[in-house]
Amino acid sequence: MSTPAAIVPAVEREDYLNKEYGVWSWLLTVDHKRIALLYLASVTFFFFIGGIFALLVRLELLTPAGDLMQADTYNKAFTMHGMVMVFFFLIPVVPAVLGNFLIPLMIGAKDLAFPRINLLSWYLYIFGGSLMVHCMLTGGVDTGWTFYTPFSTAFTNTKIIEAGLAAFMAGFSSILTGLNFIVTIHRMRAPGMTWSRLPLFVWAHYATSIIQILGTPVIAITILLVAAERLFHLGVFDPKLGGDPLLFQHLFWFYSHPAVYIMILPSMGVISELIACFSRKRIFGYNFVALSSIGIAVIGFIVWAHHMFVAGISLYAALIFSALTYLVGVPSAIKTFNWTATMYKGSIRYDAPMLYAFGFLGLFIVGGLTGLFLAALGIDVHVTDTYFVVAHFHYIMVGGTLMAYLGGIHFWWPKITGRLYPEGWARLAALIVFVGFNLTFFPQFILGYVGMPRRYYQYPPEFQVLNILSTAGATILGLGYLLPMIYLTWSMRYGKPAPDNPWHAAGLEWTVQSPPTTFNFPQEPVVTWEAYNYDEIDDVHPHEEAPVAR
Amino acid sequence: MFDNFPLWPEQASSVAASVDALYIFFLIVSIGMTALLYFILIFFAARYRRQPGIKATPNEGSLVLELSWSIAPMFVFVAMFLFGAVVFFQERTPPKDATEVYVVAKQWMWKLEHMEGQREINELHVPVGQNVKLIMTSQDVIHSFFVPAFRLKTDVLPGRYTIMWFRATKPGTYHLFCAEYCGTQHSGMIGSIVVMEPAQYQAWTNGGSTGPLSVEGEKLFSELGCATCHRQDAQGRGPALAGVFGRPVTLEDGRTVVADENYLRESIMDPQAKIVRGYKPVMPTFQGLVTDEQMGALVAYIKSLAPAKPADVLNKASLTAPDRAAAKGGQAR
Repeated sequence: MSTPAAIVPAVEREDYLNKEYGVWSWLLTVDHKRIALLYLASVTFFFFIGGIFALLVRLELLTPAGDLMQADTYNKAFTMHGMVMVFFFLIPVVPAVLGNFLIPLMIGAKDLAFPRINLLSWYLYIFGGSLMVHCMLTGGVDTGWTFYTPFSTAFTNTKIIEAGLAAFMAGFSSILTGLNFIVTIHRMRAPGMTWSRLPLFVWAHYATSIIQILGTPVIAITILLVAAERLFHLGVFDPKLGGDPLLFQHLFWFYSHPAVYIMILPSMGVISELIACFSRKRIFGYNFVALSSIGIAVIGFIVWAHHMFVAGISLYAALIFSALTYLVGVPSAIKTFNWTATMYKGSIRYDAPMLYAFGFLGLFIVGGLTGLFLAALGIDVHVTDTYFVVAHFHYIMVGGTLMAYLGGIHFWWPKITGRLYPEGWARLAALIVFVGFNLTFFPQFILGYVGMPRRYYQYPPEFQVLNILSTAGATILGLGYLLPMIYLTWSMRYGKPAPDNPWHAAGLEWTVQSPPTTFNFPQEPVVTWEAYNYDEIDDVHPHEEAPVAR
Repeated sequence: MFDNFPLWPEQASSVAASVDALYIFFLIVSIGMTALLYFILIFFAARYRRQPGIKATPNEGSLVLELSWSIAPMFVFVAMFLFGAVVFFQERTPPKDATEVYVVAKQWMWKLEHMEGQREINELHVPVGQNVKLIMTSQDVIHSFFVPAFRLKTDVLPGRYTIMWFRATKPGTYHLFCAEYCGTQHSGMIGSIVVMEPAQYQAWTNGGSTGPLSVEGEKLFSELGCATCHRQDAQGRGPALAGVFGRPVTLEDGRTVVADENYLRESIMDPQAKIVRGYKPVMPTFQGLVTDEQMGALVAYIKSLAPAKPADVLNKASLTAPDRAAAKGGQAR
């Protein structure tokens, strides 16, 4: 592929941002790129809300006594933190923002297959989100994001129905996005864009979409059953009504474990793009990385009961689910090894997106390996429902997903906004996030093994030092997340105009102007090259020291 | 015992050392793996940093490498799984000679009843070296019985029994936490396990008993009119209960179930669920008439009815007379 020369014209070109103005041009848009920006604004808003609750939780835990707030307030704070972050940030963040913006561009299409359904997804998300905010402002929920029965159906008097409905709507938004992606990837690829030429970002989203459309309906049904038991005393989960509380846990985790892969798989796709570009190499073992995404999606559906080893399932069920859980470790290991091998004899630059990718690898390795601890039955009995679990899933879901998201946002920022972000600040932020993250969550592994249960509002004094470390880290981490919000917003107006392909990156999205026009491609592209053809690109642009304007 | 900065919980049960050994094995493997990967990443990042005039060397993957790093972890995983499963079996198989303690959890306290009749709240006294089996249920939501020093935890569910066992190995006072979120005072649902030397424990036992749990159960058995039908001579409308505990029972539909604590509990709360072959479904439910504590006493009593003990038969004989009278009232409800 020959990359068009980077030209920044003096006259303003028409693009998807300046084509139309006004509120309605945004609220009624069917352009996947504008919808991606709507999502960008909304997930950032919810990240902020969820972050505030996280900060409240960490502040309360500074001291062993319950002193900052009431026990009920604390319980609502961690519940709202979990619900907002899981349903309204982590699940949509990469697919709905980066996936929405990039999938059509990457496969050479002018939009997603169903542009109007895409807009509907965003409205469902916003309605669900508004309901969540309303629920929050009028009393909140205190069940934890897991809604365990019979507490949620018969004992709490908080706003379960409303929060459930909010998650239900967010779920349908997620299903529609997944459906849209699957059809788009099957039907809208440009001529020559075969499955084996797809960027791994697209493969990862394909796998994610499968989980979204197969898993999400189960949680939707479960939420309805909880509502029916709560409102009409239909005995499904409450033993007093003849129900079975473990049935709830099976149904809940049947979705919510694969949901973890909805959060992490798209991020893995981002990491593949970043590592290839900044090592100037084709991803090592492309086929294995692509198929491991599908492998994770499939195996991810048969490991759910590893959340229930001490919950009252039989010894033999526990054995089977432990063994299956180890199986899901294999595709994750394959990915990690291939990313590492890609860097071998590469030509590596440490721009901010690559720093985030390094951060992702560093945190994902720790998160993945501690997952092995939890899959081991003998250890899980001791550490489940303690801070060990809290640390583990934050390493995967926050360390993994958020690092990759930030890396991706920086990488494609020039394409999305037509502006360059300030590189120095971005590198500093990546460093702060990495340090802050580890300081926040590493002590929690120790805290868990010494026995501090999760969701504790007050705790025995010997746990205090580790909690102080964690809260200190959270403060640094919060700062690290604020920085990109500030300088990226700043750069939208004051950043240097971006060339079309500032990284000399491979991929169709870099062949169009920055920002792209509404229909992406002036004419339908014809693909004649393999993915990640960095070798050919670098023959055209022989290893310039600084392809990106600083 | 309570330092300000513990890195390791105390080891105070027979399984704690195995769990710690398992944990250390995992720590070694993962620290090794992390160090190796971090080293390679940092080495590659430094060694292959972009330099003017040097182009990346393209690669086309390697099937041998792919297969080896897909298969090699599997061997490690199999070892991890097996080691974890062995320890789990140890944690989950209560020895036959264990003394039993009935645990009833409720928002937000633990109620514990010893077989000898001592009742405790949020505190459990046990002798060192004795196998203890906990038979646990909840009056409301799901709780979880967690003793970090024992490395053990089991959820406590409403409407059924879950079983947990331990053998304390070191005298001392250890945390008892509720580990499953259960509402407002979840973090206040804590208590302690007091592990005592046998002599001390004996002294402790001598005070505060209201008589053995099975005796209380026997009283209930008579008050509720159970003995009217569940007669010793097997001529009653219900099956005789002596020696039934732990034995397989053939049901009306041909299935066989083992009469464990959960079966006894279910047969009292929901008698129609599993009818013993040869009997009619005539027993009324005792749902709402028997509290979780009383249920514990009843189960303890039925378990105490060993067939071979003549003393029990004598006990039974003395029961029958007042039972008849109580039975009418009990069944009318």
